[in-house]
Amino acid sequence: MADLISLNSIKRHYDVGGEIVRALDGVDLTINKNEYISIMGPSGSGKSTLMNMIGCLDSPSEGIYEFEGELVHEMDDNQLASIRNRKIGFVFQTFNLLPKATALRNVEVPLIYANISRSERIEKAKKALDAVGLNDRMHHKPNELSGGQRQRVAIARALVNDPSILLADEPTGNLDSKSGVEIMKILDSLHDDGNTIILVTHEEYIADHADRTIHLFDGKIKEDRKTSKRRSVSS
Amino acid sequence: MAKFSHVKSTIREGFRMAIEAIRQNKLRSILTLLGISIGVFSVIGVMTAIRTLESSVNSQLDILGTNTFTIQKSPAIQIHGPGGDRKIRQRKNITYTHYEEMKRKAKLPLRVSVLDETGERNIRYKDKTLKRSAELLGADEWALRSINTYLADGRNFTPDDIRFARNVTILGPDIVDILFPFEDPIGRAIKIKGIDYTVIGVTERKGQAFGQSQDDFVLIPISLYIQRFSNRWTSLAIVFEAESADMYEKTMDEAIGLMRVVRKVPVEEENDFSIISNEELMETFAGFTGGIKIFAGSVSVIALLVAGIGIMNIMLVSVTERIKEIGIRKAIGATKRDILSQFLMEAIFLSQFGGVVGVILGITGGNIVAIVLNVPAVVPMDWAFYGMAVCSLIGIGFGIYPAWRAANLDPIESLRFE
Repeated sequence: MADLISLNSIKRHYDVGGEIVRALDGVDLTINKNEYISIMGPSGSGKSTLMNMIGCLDSPSEGIYEFEGELVHEMDDNQLASIRNRKIGFVFQTFNLLPKATALRNVEVPLIYANISRSERIEKAKKALDAVGLNDRMHHKPNELSGGQRQRVAIARALVNDPSILLADEPTGNLDSKSGVEIMKILDSLHDDGNTIILVTHEEYIADHADRTIHLFDGKIKEDRKTSKRRSVSS
Repeated sequence: MAKFSHVKSTIREGFRMAIEAIRQNKLRSILTLLGISIGVFSVIGVMTAIRTLESSVNSQLDILGTNTFTIQKSPAIQIHGPGGDRKIRQRKNITYTHYEEMKRKAKLPLRVSVLDETGERNIRYKDKTLKRSAELLGADEWALRSINTYLADGRNFTPDDIRFARNVTILGPDIVDILFPFEDPIGRAIKIKGIDYTVIGVTERKGQAFGQSQDDFVLIPISLYIQRFSNRWTSLAIVFEAESADMYEKTMDEAIGLMRVVRKVPVEEENDFSIISNEELMETFAGFTGGIKIFAGSVSVIALLVAGIGIMNIMLVSVTERIKEIGIRKAIGATKRDILSQFLMEAIFLSQFGGVVGVILGITGGNIVAIVLNVPAVVPMDWAFYGMAVCSLIGIGFGIYPAWRAANLDPIESLRFE
C-alpha cells in the first residue's frame, strides 16, 4: 500500500532577527492510511511547525514532502490552498470558527472554496453536523454554543470535504474534561470509520488514544513508538 | 461553464459578506457610504437639474418661431472680454430705413419684419394704472408671429395700421388682467404716456418661462413706436423667416450679405451686427451649462476621491480586524484570489450602496429644481449608470490595496493573531 504521507529530511528554518531558529531539523516520517498518531513534545520542540507542515500551511526550507504521491514542497500557494481544501481537515485548540456565522454556515465555508453548488453545500454541511450530533444546533452562532459544541462544529467543518487526513492541534486543550472526553470519543470513532488522524497534544492520556506516538525534541524525532494500551485511560 | 458558475458564486458570496460586514458595523459603514453618496449626489443632482433645464429650454426656444432668425445690433447674450463691449456699442444702430431696404432687396425670405422694445410704466385705463414697467413692443403686421403667439380675441395689425401709424394696440393677458379686470378691452382706449390707443386685440396666455411671465407686453405699430418712443439709442431688430428648413441657411447667407451692403461694411471687416438664431441661443446655453457641468464634475471628482480614501481606510481597518478570519479561511482552503475577491467585492458593494443612495437623492434633488422652475421632471438614466460605474471603479481602485494585503497575509501568523 502506498504511503499517505512521506516526509524526507524535512527542515524548516526561521530567521528571527538575524538568528536562525531550526524549528524542524531533519524530520523523516511516513504515515499510512488509517493511522492514528499523536505528536508530543515540550513547547518549542517543533510540534506546531510539523503540524503546519503536514497541513500544507507551511513549506519546508529543505527536504521532500509527498502527499498521496504529490510533491507538496514544490507547490505554489494556490496548489497548497487546494490541497488544504480537498485533502486536509483542521481542528484547532481555539476552535477557530467564524464568530458571526452560524454553525451550518461555518461548516459550509470549505465547500464554497471547493466550488460546490449551494444546495449540495447545505446538504453536505447538514450531514456533517448530524455526524457530530449537532443537528439541533445548526442555526446557532459560536457564542451561543458550549466549548464542546464549538469543537464539534470544527470537526464537522474539517470532515465536510471528506479529507484524507484529520489534523487536530490540542483539540481538548480549551475544554473541560467532560467535553474533552466527548471530543476524543468522536475522534476515536472517526478513526474506526477509516479516517487517518494526527493529534498534537502534551497530555499523555490524550496521546494514549493513538496507536502510534511521536516525540519531538529540538526539531527532531526523538521517539516513534506504537502505543498498545489505547483508550484504556479516558478520564 | 464551471468558471462562470465560480464567478457567480464569488459575486454572491462577496455580496453576502459585504452585507454582513456592513450590518456588523452600521455606523462606520454609513459614514463611509455617506462620502460616496455625497459625491454621486452632487454629480447626479447637477446633471438632472441641467437636463431638466435643457429640455425646457429646447421647448421654449421656439419663442423665436421655427425657421426664423433675427438681425440686431447686439448679441442676445453678451459675454464680453476686454473691449468687446465697447466694440458692440460703437456699432451703428439699425434703423427703419435699413429695414425697408432689406425688405425690398431680400428675395428668399417668406417675410421680413421689424421689432423693437422698451420698458414703459405710464400705461393706464381710466383710474387703473400699471404701477410698474411693462414691455412696450413696436412691431409690424407680423408682430404676433415675431413673438410667436396667437390672438385670443380681436384682430391683428393691418398693413394700413402700420403705414398710417394708427393709434391702435394689442395687449398681453397680464396687462388685460390689471387694466380690465371686469371689462372687455376690445374697442376701449388706454393711455400710454397720456396718448390714447384703441385696443384692437388680446393675445393668448402663454404662462411663465424661467420664472418670468411671457404675457406682460403692449404691442403698438412700429411706425408709432419710432415717432414716440425712439431715441438716439434705438436700434431695431429685423426678423427673417425662411420658407423652409432647407432654405434656412441660404436665406441667412443672403440676409447677411445684403445687410453688409445696406450698412456699407467694407469687405475686409467683420459684420457690424449680430445674427440671433435658435441654434445660436442653444449654443450659448450649451456653453453656459457646459461650464456648470465642468464645475460640478470637478467638485464631484474631489468628493469621490475623498470618499474613496474613506473606503480604503475602512477596508484597511476591516482587514486588520479580520486577520484571524482570513487565517481560518486560508487554512480551510481559500486561495489568495478568493480572499482578494472577497474584500474587493466588499469594497465595491460598499461604494455601490453609497452610489445608489446618491443617485436616488441626486435625481430627487434635481427634479425639485425642475418643479421649482415649473419644467417637466427627467430621470437621467445615462448619468445614473455612469454614477454606478464610477462607484464600482472607486470600489476597485481604493479596495484593491486592502484586498491585496488581506490576500497576502501569512496563514500561520494570521491564525495565531488574537
